[in-house]
Amino acid sequence: MEFLAYLVSGISLGSVYAIIALGYTMVYGIAKMLNFAHGDVIMIGGYISYIAAVNLGLPTLVAVVCAMAVCTVLGVVIEGLAYRPLRSAPSLAVLITAIGVSYFLQNSALLIWGANPKSYTPVVEGTLKLFGGQLSISNVSILTVAACIVIMIGLTLFTSKTKMGKAMRACSEDKGAAQLMGINVNRTISLTFAIGSALAAIAGALLCSFSPALMPTTGSMPGIKAFTAAVFGGIGSIPGAFLGGILLGIIESLARGYISTQLSNSIVFAVLIIILLVRPAGLLGKYVPEKV
Amino acid sequence: MKNLSSSSKKARADYFTYAGVTIAFIVITLLRNAGSLNRSQQGLLVPICCYIVMAVSLNLTVGILGELSLGHAGFMSVGAFSGITAAMSLANIIPSTALRLAIAMVVGAVCAAIVGFLVGIPVLRLRGDYLAIVTLAFGEILKELITCLIVGYDSNGLHVIFNVNGSKTASDLNLLEGGRIIIKGAQGATGTQTIASFTAGFILIMITLLIVQNLVRSRTGRAIMAIRDNRIAAESVGINITKYKMIAFVTSAALAGAAGALFGLNYSNLTAAKFDFNTSILVLVFVVLGGLGNIWGSIIATVVLYILPEALRGFATYRMLIYAIVLILVMLTTNSPQMKLLLQKLLPKRKEEEING
Repeated sequence: MEFLAYLVSGISLGSVYAIIALGYTMVYGIAKMLNFAHGDVIMIGGYISYIAAVNLGLPTLVAVVCAMAVCTVLGVVIEGLAYRPLRSAPSLAVLITAIGVSYFLQNSALLIWGANPKSYTPVVEGTLKLFGGQLSISNVSILTVAACIVIMIGLTLFTSKTKMGKAMRACSEDKGAAQLMGINVNRTISLTFAIGSALAAIAGALLCSFSPALMPTTGSMPGIKAFTAAVFGGIGSIPGAFLGGILLGIIESLARGYISTQLSNSIVFAVLIIILLVRPAGLLGKYVPEKV
Repeated sequence: MKNLSSSSKKARADYFTYAGVTIAFIVITLLRNAGSLNRSQQGLLVPICCYIVMAVSLNLTVGILGELSLGHAGFMSVGAFSGITAAMSLANIIPSTALRLAIAMVVGAVCAAIVGFLVGIPVLRLRGDYLAIVTLAFGEILKELITCLIVGYDSNGLHVIFNVNGSKTASDLNLLEGGRIIIKGAQGATGTQTIASFTAGFILIMITLLIVQNLVRSRTGRAIMAIRDNRIAAESVGINITKYKMIAFVTSAALAGAAGALFGLNYSNLTAAKFDFNTSILVLVFVVLGGLGNIWGSIIATVVLYILPEALRGFATYRMLIYAIVLILVMLTTNSPQMKLLLQKLLPKRKEEEING
């Protein structure tokens, strides 16, 4: 029963990672850049939904929608101001800029909201008791898993059926050829950032419902772990991000339960290192050899 | 002829760096002896030396080798805690603090080099973003591993416990009478004798400069820069990529370890949490602002950025925010095509000089 409890908490934690990883993987797939600031967009999403719910007294759902709107705008602005001018720059420059953006967001949040953790009210309350109360699953967990599956299916349909989604896939294959086919590459990349940031806002609200302490650094560690999840599943692949997120959540939860609480992050990172060495394309990714 | 003159120009720049650092050291020592530095200013001297070495060594990885390392503080941490352990356990055997400090820095450098080698084996197979994120991961792993360490010393030698699940405490070391605890897990190193000195910092900077500048001007250094500029071309002319990357990476780690040992022995209490991702980023800001691959620039940037927040009160609150903006702006101005055009229009003379020179 203990194992089952760890498994359940792992799956729900993994679903949050999966939602974040979906945003990461889409941005990486198209812009070919590691958006380091993604984790901090999650944190901003958490704060906006907190303020909307607590200070403005809006209902939870509206608060999350507010957060999504703010984060979408934020994502597009970040992309336009910081990343777009560097489209042809070496990847080192883009990565350092992304770290700069991440730091900018964290420190802005620190100045605006202060360092003291805010106690976040979960988006839904209550728990579901199973096996005569031996196994309790919080409603947040159920909501998270459900949200994750809906988002995954929605994104898969979007990228395979709609015109914009097809444009996204074309851009991720070959930007030059996509442009020749009349696709507005910059707009497509902006749209990807918008979707990724909106997902980050949802992830922010769910993440803060799990661990209610909301701080300016809340997003950075889950952000890096979600990147690990995206790499695990194969970067650029939507089902891969889902699978990677769930598996990573389970690994982390079991490691915390059976091996060591202090070393749980190390174990997650060790998984990342092993995967990159053994199967760099991830579980569901395609290996693309480098052209000379 | 052109190559000759440019290489002698570079050599001259190297000597200017040595001379500059020496002059700065003499001036500061004179000021100190004259009593014109207050306590807080004196307290900045050793950390500045450590961060200069950190920045120069990170510049070797990021600027010269061209790979972004986000776990540089991890090597500093390894150096700090191994250096503290060495210095504290030799306290009874070697009474001379200067000699003990030197041994501590060597131990720190060697330990960090070994860790750097072990980390380098997987890391240097990767490229670009993946390499960066894995160095970050290693930095976090090192931090967590050190947080689990409990180390003590008595007449039987060193006692080390690896506290995996948080159930052990310092009393499990079973130290004999007269033994002392050096590292207490998450509380870090406590009660360390602060034997670090500004002179040692100066010597460490000079050694670092000697190593890095000679490495860069050597055959090895040219191979490393060839890998940075074009990996495939370098490989096709027979450069062993892994070997040269490893040389740069391990050298960088060893220097960071020596800096860490000096840093650790400057404070009586030090936790592993001090060497987190933020410290790595701080050093990265020094390197980027000073100019990638420019050693002298790293030194200047470190000194300015380290003193500025201390000098301007009230600036401290905005310090990290301003660093973030600086990082973004420096990258945008140096890499964006539009910005480059703008700069060319604003500074036409300089551009011409560059072409002629």
